[in-house]
Amino acid sequence: MSSRLQRELQTPPPVTHRTSGGCFHCGEPCPDNSFARDGKDFCCFGCQTVFSLLRENGLEQFYELNAAAGTRIRAAAVATKWAFLDDPAVAAKLIDYADKTRAKVTLHLPAIHCVACVWLLENLFKLHPGVGHSAVNFSRREAAITFAPARIKFSELAALLASIGYEPELTFGATEKTKPSPLQKKAWLQIGLAAFGFGNIMLLSLPFYFGLDTFNGPWFRVLAGWIGLALALPVVTISAADLWRAAWSSLRQRTLTLEVPIVLGLVAIYVTSVFEVLAQRGPGYCDSLCGLIFFLLCGRLFQKKTYDRLTFDRDYKGFFPLSVIRKHAGGEVSVAISQLATGDHLILRNGELLPADAKLLSGEAWIDYSFVTGESEPVACAAGSHLFAGGRQVGGAIEVETVKPVTQSYLATLWNNEAFQKNRDQDLNSLTNRYSQRFTKLVIGIALAAAAFWLYQDATKALKAFTSVLIVACPCALALAAPLTHGTAQRLLARLKIYLKNALVIERMSGINTIVLDKTGTLTTAEAGGVSFQKAESGKQKSGITAGEADLIGSLARHSAHPNSVRIVKSLGFTAAPVTGFKETPGCGIEGVVAGHKVLLGSRAWLSQRGVSAGEPTSGATSVVAAVDGSFRGAFVFENSLRPEVAQLLAQLGHQYELVLLSGDNEREAARFKTLFGAAAILKFNQSPADKLNFVRELQQRGRKVMMVGDGLNDAGALQQAEVGVAVVERIGIFSPASDVILDAAELPRLARVLAFSRSAARVVRAGFVISALYNLVGVSIAATGFLSPIVCAILMPLSSATVIAFTCGATAWQGRKLRGPEGSAERSIRRDAHPTRFNPQLIAKEAA
Amino acid sequence: MSVIIVLILASLTVALIFLAAFIWSVRSGQYEDTLTPSMRMLADEPNQHISETNSKPK
Repeated sequence: MSSRLQRELQTPPPVTHRTSGGCFHCGEPCPDNSFARDGKDFCCFGCQTVFSLLRENGLEQFYELNAAAGTRIRAAAVATKWAFLDDPAVAAKLIDYADKTRAKVTLHLPAIHCVACVWLLENLFKLHPGVGHSAVNFSRREAAITFAPARIKFSELAALLASIGYEPELTFGATEKTKPSPLQKKAWLQIGLAAFGFGNIMLLSLPFYFGLDTFNGPWFRVLAGWIGLALALPVVTISAADLWRAAWSSLRQRTLTLEVPIVLGLVAIYVTSVFEVLAQRGPGYCDSLCGLIFFLLCGRLFQKKTYDRLTFDRDYKGFFPLSVIRKHAGGEVSVAISQLATGDHLILRNGELLPADAKLLSGEAWIDYSFVTGESEPVACAAGSHLFAGGRQVGGAIEVETVKPVTQSYLATLWNNEAFQKNRDQDLNSLTNRYSQRFTKLVIGIALAAAAFWLYQDATKALKAFTSVLIVACPCALALAAPLTHGTAQRLLARLKIYLKNALVIERMSGINTIVLDKTGTLTTAEAGGVSFQKAESGKQKSGITAGEADLIGSLARHSAHPNSVRIVKSLGFTAAPVTGFKETPGCGIEGVVAGHKVLLGSRAWLSQRGVSAGEPTSGATSVVAAVDGSFRGAFVFENSLRPEVAQLLAQLGHQYELVLLSGDNEREAARFKTLFGAAAILKFNQSPADKLNFVRELQQRGRKVMMVGDGLNDAGALQQAEVGVAVVERIGIFSPASDVILDAAELPRLARVLAFSRSAARVVRAGFVISALYNLVGVSIAATGFLSPIVCAILMPLSSATVIAFTCGATAWQGRKLRGPEGSAERSIRRDAHPTRFNPQLIAKEAA
Repeated sequence: MSVIIVLILASLTVALIFLAAFIWSVRSGQYEDTLTPSMRMLADEPNQHISETNSKPK
């Protein structure tokens, strides 16, 4: 198995092996054996159902391919959820191909993670007679499925996939997907053609290099020459077509890119070869010509590494769901977002995203705008208040009325900013192009000077000297230096889960001098966030929760899906006890009787309504208050904790870069970040997405080269405006705004080393230029004398290319060793020390033992 | 020495056949997904549908 495959297989959520007693289907721990079946434990009814379904259809091999390979079925299948897919207008956008009897659709299934998934999905036809052939593309997490609409409706197909754990991800953006371009195919064809020409002409040329041609007489020389010219013609015209196009467009823009001297060299070689063959002097230089083109194309393909799983150009549409529940007279129906009109009444449940600006009609709205603004706490909204698109409802279901079309929402207007219009990838100011400006002028100057010199001395040699200079100076090695270095760097970084949009990003990264960081989600994380428990007896210094209290509160909170309850459960180590009379009041709290004690857990205001005085809040952070048998016991305080090693990272970066913090959050943590960033740094709070974008633009107008590091949609504008936009994501492959770099959140501490690496990559490119320039100097000085022999040509050209290839790849890989750096013990100790006050009974118990 | 002409013609013919095979393999989509086939072979059960993977719906 290739190492790449192994890495891909290791990326999914860790699969617990069956022997550890986890669920036979998904490997997650089973709370009890109430779902056991055939001697196998299951964690929930969903997993048990999938197991039965697979077994009945003879698909048990799924579990042999990979133990506990399943995905836990978290939400019960709702058949109506997919009803919108049967709308012909929606279906037409999603379905690739359809005729009377069958349809083919390509669905994105993020749950695909192992060999067993591929196997199961490709055997989907065994589960339903209406499903035909299906093929999985693992790297894209996609399945192309053919089905008979007469026997299984599109909505039923989606429901079938969801029922076995592969819920299709259908986003609003998916309806406008562009088909994969045939560019990659074209690149392969061009390389294949160049290799064909290079190999065959080289075979015919070998006798000349070894002086064997004399055995065959002069006619062989002519024959080989003509065959070479014939084979080289398609290589020059078809394989090198992109070079011609690039050279032409650069001349039209009155700049000199590296393609200009390359194309000049190609023409000179071909024309000289035609003359040599016509004059029966020799077989020409077609072997070198095809070799040059072949190496150049290889270098370009090497640079064109793309990551199928990642999308670097997402706009807001990629974040919105494809459907939403609309309420009408007859009940509720699931409709596609593209068909929403203003004035529609929508139902939003816990965790659902609001697709358009809307007015709240009824329900307890707690809107989490962290995605849009960076503000981490959900906002309580009263009926009639205006809600913005991109907000996520937390808690119970609400009903809203849309007031603006989806495309004109607050969020969508951000994408109309000009920052999203520009295309930075055709960067004419790259290192290579700056260098080639001078180079091209110099080469043409030398060629003309040589021609002029020989015109006076010996007119017969003038043309030969002119073309010889152009041939030898053909900057093949020069053109290879940057693509190979950048391509190698891109691959090394991808191994560390740092993905670059294209190879040019590394060059832009080497030039930056200012780093702008977002706070929420980038430097801090809610997931590993600390939950600390502050005891009621504020007079005593003792903080912490007693084991008895933990059991009571944990058992109660376990029954609620509210994010705060989930975080409390995660932070507590407790033994679960049965709960009676459980009641959840949305937006307020939960209550129930545990082991004979009445437990209340909720907001301060709610508890005081219930007659429990909870005292004054101690800090600005959100808290949840707990009471047992009517007496206040303490409050859980949630804080967004810093990611591990952030303090170290900021210290490292502070030495070389100007640091800026832009946060959508309020200023309550200003003092903490002031100490982290140092006195010189700029800290800005309460920044809207547009503020962030404008601030980055201001920095650029003052001549700063900016790298923006952010995570959510609220940073999208700034990420786009900055020279380099780095998106920090918790899980690779989902939810990242348009950016140049996608960085796994766990790798954030490496950022300083990545930047240092980008600078050394730029040095490697420059050194590559110097090496190829030295070769050119030797070659040109021979050529200018007018005595260029084919053997010199044949040695110099491949030698210079080979040296540059070996040097750039080797030097970059050597520099890349520093990327990994020391890890392990230091990292772990910091992680533990980051929050000495954080309450974690398990950790305390472990340390006490 | 005319045997060399026969040999050159023969070698060029073979090379052209390989070029045609290469063009066919690219056109049929074999270079589009190079990862999944390596996983597909890990499932032992011979599966007739796998062979149709790259064929387009007719």
